[in-house]
Amino acid sequence: MLTLTGVRKTFNPGTVNEKVALAGIDLHLERGDFVTVIGGNGAGKSTMLNSIAGVFPIDSGTILLGGNDISRLPEHARARYLGRVFQDPMRGTAADMQIDENLAFAARRGKSRTLRWGISKAEREEYTEELAKLGLGLETRLSDKVGLLSGGQRQALTLLMATLQRPDLLLLDEHTAALDPKTAAKVLELTEQIVGEENLTTLMVTHNMHDAIRLGNRLIMMSDGKIIYDVRGEEKSRLHRADLMAKFEEAAGEELANDRMLLG
Amino acid sequence: MLLAFQGAVAQGVLWGIMVLGVYITFRLLDIADLTVDGSFALGGCTCAVLIVEHGVNPWLGLLAGLCVGVLAGGVTGLLHTVFDIPAILAGILTQIGLWSINLRIMGKANIPLLKNPNIFSDLGKASGLTQNIATIVIGSLVAAALVALLYWFFGTEIGSALRATGNNEDMVRALGVDIRMTKLLALMVSNGLVGLSGALVCQSQKYADVGMGTGAIIVGLAAIVIGEVLGRTLPGKLRSFSSRLIAAVVGSIVYFLIRAIVLQLGLDPNDMKLLSAIIVALALSVPVVWSRYQLKRAYSKGGVA
Repeated sequence: MLTLTGVRKTFNPGTVNEKVALAGIDLHLERGDFVTVIGGNGAGKSTMLNSIAGVFPIDSGTILLGGNDISRLPEHARARYLGRVFQDPMRGTAADMQIDENLAFAARRGKSRTLRWGISKAEREEYTEELAKLGLGLETRLSDKVGLLSGGQRQALTLLMATLQRPDLLLLDEHTAALDPKTAAKVLELTEQIVGEENLTTLMVTHNMHDAIRLGNRLIMMSDGKIIYDVRGEEKSRLHRADLMAKFEEAAGEELANDRMLLG
Repeated sequence: MLLAFQGAVAQGVLWGIMVLGVYITFRLLDIADLTVDGSFALGGCTCAVLIVEHGVNPWLGLLAGLCVGVLAGGVTGLLHTVFDIPAILAGILTQIGLWSINLRIMGKANIPLLKNPNIFSDLGKASGLTQNIATIVIGSLVAAALVALLYWFFGTEIGSALRATGNNEDMVRALGVDIRMTKLLALMVSNGLVGLSGALVCQSQKYADVGMGTGAIIVGLAAIVIGEVLGRTLPGKLRSFSSRLIAAVVGSIVYFLIRAIVLQLGLDPNDMKLLSAIIVALALSVPVVWSRYQLKRAYSKGGVA
């Protein structure tokens, strides 16, 4: 489904702030894979997701999605293949527009937009049904401005918007990190529900190792812009937090060693 | 006195069409588009030259004003979207350039239309209405038609994309819309309305002047602010989009009424721009100061109050 080959990205090249964010990423996802991505700060997790989404051009390598080379497409052109949920609940929705308007806008992702009316009556009924499935009581508030919703409600809405029109790949970039634990659990539950029902190919970045182990059929760990650990299926389900901590320390240890060499 | 107020309402309605244009960029896209000063004069100058020197039908003159306004907005749009020039600077560049272009179009600093028929005098002759009343009738009809048209347009798929762009660019890109296109389109529609308004005003005041657009953006912002303040006192509180558009036009009428009153009171007309600037500055700063005050007041030393 998704194939990354030798994807590299360096920010601020040639300056003191030079940062190799992706140091040659090779990754292949099968259709229906639900992959959790973990790693320390600056490991390149978000950069990897953003390079797939086309937020910035990559320096080298190729990104294939469903057989199409999307490596050099602009962000808005890739959107037809991708559903995205951001860490910041404010980024995924338009605050001054109504809930139904946001959904109708998202339902037209990747389609040509015309001078037809922006939302139809049939759509409204469909959205009422879909919102009811979220179990947040939003189905009675279709004409409310999204700015009136809480962060968790907005994130759940963004999730629905991202999947309203089936995406080839769903990108979740720490989408529960800004929420309180209870709301985060609810949004994760919805994520599982939607991804499961639609059998969506999904990449989910998370800081929570427990979630990373519990969810999905595959887990990758990143460090210094590389994938340092890739585990799936049976082996993944047997993973424990301690295993991941050990891997983390192993990776961090190398960094420490490098630092010592520099200082030494 | 009554005549002065009739004249003010007439001016307010015609300028109100420009305010609709400014509303699109300022409130929907969150851009203060300074092209407006230039494109307003461009619409007026183009219309005047066509009528006086080429004997063009005054209605076609209006259409021409609209079209050149669209072009001016397109120039600002391209500078802003393709070359990433900040919107304010892109608008200033177009505005400054248009000053020379307007002089080129007219060949001199102003053109009187005293002897030529215009849409308002035509209606006046046909119906026996005074010039002011004829202006109010035509102006209101045009404004109402444009409010309806804009309401429809911003409800369509493309119009929704424009509104969303002003709200959240990240979301709009992630949902597959090129925000360069939406911004360009919004600037073109906005300045088209401004150019049309300039052409209407030139026919109503019976002359076009290269400086007729100077300070137009401030008039526009002041009118929007006045309309919003008045609108919030209504039971609907301007929640619907159509009421906000109507409030913009009403704000323009009230602005020109205030102007007429202070002029009657003996204020120097040249001070009107200062007054407008103060109105806009106050309207923009009061909410900021108020929320800061609220935050300070909410502080209590002992924790939960």
